[in-house]
Amino acid sequence: MSRSFYDEMYDANGECRPHYQEFARWLAETPPDILAQRRREADLLFHRAGITFTLYGDKQGTERLIPFDTIPRSIPASEWRMVEAGCIQRVKALNLFLADLYHEQRILKAGIIPPEQVLANDCYQMAMQGLDLYRDIYAHIAGVDLVRDGDGTYYVLEDNLRTPSGVSYMLEDRKMMMRLFPELFAAQRIAPINHYPNLLLETLKSASPLDNPCVVVLTPGRYNSAYFEHAFLAREMGVELVEGADMFVRDDKVYMRTTAGAVQVDVIYRRLDDGFLDPLAFSADSVLGVPGLLSAYRSGNVTLANAIGTGVADDKSVYPFVPDMIRFYLSEEPILSNVPTWQCRKPDELSHVLAHLPELVVKETQGSGGYGMLVGPAASSKEIEAFRARLKANPAAYIAQPTLSLSTCPTFVENGIAPRHIDLRPFVLSGQETRLVPGGLTRVALREGSLVVNSSQGGGTKDTWIVEDCEC
Amino acid sequence: MLSRTADDLYWMSRYLERAENLARTLDVSYSLSLMPQGGLGDGLDELAMPLLISGTMNEYLKRHGQLNADRILHFFALDAENPASLYNCLSAARSSAHAVRGRITADMWENINATWLEMRSIAEQGLGHYGVSRFCEWVKERSHLFRGATVGTIMRSDAYHFIRLGTFIERADNTLRLLDARYKLLGEDSEDHDDRSARAYYQWSALLRALSSFEAFAELYRGSPRARKVAELLLLRADVPRSLSSCLEEMQKILAGMPGDNGRPAQRLVAELDARVRYTVIDEVFEHGLHDWIIESIDQMHRLGNAIHSAYLEAA
Repeated sequence: MSRSFYDEMYDANGECRPHYQEFARWLAETPPDILAQRRREADLLFHRAGITFTLYGDKQGTERLIPFDTIPRSIPASEWRMVEAGCIQRVKALNLFLADLYHEQRILKAGIIPPEQVLANDCYQMAMQGLDLYRDIYAHIAGVDLVRDGDGTYYVLEDNLRTPSGVSYMLEDRKMMMRLFPELFAAQRIAPINHYPNLLLETLKSASPLDNPCVVVLTPGRYNSAYFEHAFLAREMGVELVEGADMFVRDDKVYMRTTAGAVQVDVIYRRLDDGFLDPLAFSADSVLGVPGLLSAYRSGNVTLANAIGTGVADDKSVYPFVPDMIRFYLSEEPILSNVPTWQCRKPDELSHVLAHLPELVVKETQGSGGYGMLVGPAASSKEIEAFRARLKANPAAYIAQPTLSLSTCPTFVENGIAPRHIDLRPFVLSGQETRLVPGGLTRVALREGSLVVNSSQGGGTKDTWIVEDCEC
Repeated sequence: MLSRTADDLYWMSRYLERAENLARTLDVSYSLSLMPQGGLGDGLDELAMPLLISGTMNEYLKRHGQLNADRILHFFALDAENPASLYNCLSAARSSAHAVRGRITADMWENINATWLEMRSIAEQGLGHYGVSRFCEWVKERSHLFRGATVGTIMRSDAYHFIRLGTFIERADNTLRLLDARYKLLGEDSEDHDDRSARAYYQWSALLRALSSFEAFAELYRGSPRARKVAELLLLRADVPRSLSSCLEEMQKILAGMPGDNGRPAQRLVAELDARVRYTVIDEVFEHGLHDWIIESIDQMHRLGNAIHSAYLEAA
């Protein structure tokens, strides 16, 4: 099967796109040994700064570096404005959906989403039913994963409404690029992103009805793969980084243990999944949470960001309905497209999927991280037949999508520069208003031909530039 | 500040200070072991002293059976299996720093992280390859750098105070132990005329150098180091930064400035200890018996550590 890829830097005729011209000129002028030396410097700096992640299942708990590529991913500002508006629209609709779902359920009554799709979902939290949240916001921090198909069209691959991570790499990558190649930033106007922690703190404060609430970041601890990020954000915001054991609940209020005694906590930016938050309410054997937290939350004495139960809205079985949510709640047409999705629970869509298995990607609705999925073009006929049997046995557990081609961006590889596939995750903050810093985290699949950008599978990152269009 | 954070900051600096002190101990013993030994043999008893001071002699004998210079050095400095090794002290310091990296400055974190990365590469090379004295110098230098980064960059808030507390309590304990060990080795006869013997001179000088106090001694006493004077300098002189008196004075000031009421017991105890040292003279100490006085002081440091723990580091 022939697939054409959209390259971020060069068009189909091999011409450099306008927003990359300044960079291309600089790249051509800079001697390769200088570039190599700067790349080594970047590695050293990241290592020294301990900007690392840990792999689960690695008993040594070895801290690894996420490979950083010095060729930026660049987006013209005019194009970004569309992406930005699309992300804001989408997250607004998802927050409205969550508020509706946990209250009147108008969208279910209107027959737009089948009730069993959400009410029977594992991520639907009964405890949230009827609970009023300040400003009706559920997903204060959302990460929207975007990819581009062969013709350059942006598609939303998934919404992350639980505890999306990666924003620290976005910020550190920029810091690194400015340190290594300041001349690039002097030569063109690249939108700044360093104020993200400031916006995050504003967002978290505005999530509480109090004037000056006490905000903390809740981490599972230093062995969590994203611990660096938790500590980074707490430090940048100037708030406490707490673990579950640092807090306790008394009279439905949450306190942290400090050197000067107990101090009440008002807003918890939790980087801990729902199931671990409160051993009294969820997973009883978890030691990561705070006993009694759910009760304090339900009493309105503490704000959780994100709210409990947001997972029901970023589930793959609900994903196909997001464009309908936008139409239903906002009376607008979606700005960003969904990847076309066949829902195998529908008999006619199932038969289409079964007929085209070798071309499609089939995913479990409840799966994540690339598990339990079939990538048709990469699978053997034996694997496809095995999957066919599982699919037929329980069609409702699966969705199918066309195999996307993912855009490419030039990347430093062992022998020179070569195109590698990338995605983009902007971070959307919802408080008094819904907004995002210009850009996001660009992840790159470093293996040739690979479409997997996850850091656990050898993915790297790139700085993401929103470049003001040149008037020339 | 979170009690857990305070705990990690306190232990971060305690372990770093301990690493520095272990390096100082090792350095002096190693150089003395290279000197001609007055009929005592091959300098092994000198090399064994760091094991005695750090209380790891039994552990060493259990593992290696007999004293051997290379094994002692490796066990004490680089052995990842020895929980009290210098290697593990730096590992623990770095691990605590990792847990609170949100509360220390980037300069501090990068410094201690780089120290740990280099420590691992030295451990791979082995001490024989890297050089014992060079290694001790390196540890001291890294500790100096970290302290410089701390003093030069961190805000003067609780975080700074708990870091300083950890430093001084560890340092006071170490000075007491080093002095006691040398005094025991030289014995009571170090007070008679033999005190001026070459052996005593080198022993006391080595101790003073290990505690970076040789210059201070020379300036203050202008004479050969003798037990009484060295003890006075290291216990009672508040102007010598590694002396017991100086450490107590610092801790007393820090604890007195802590907010909250839960610290009363620790504040009272440190004030008592400070007064005990401040308002005594060295003759009184020797009348009591230097060794007994030091052992009591070590015990009091331990009590002070516990009081700090229950007041701040595990507070509810």
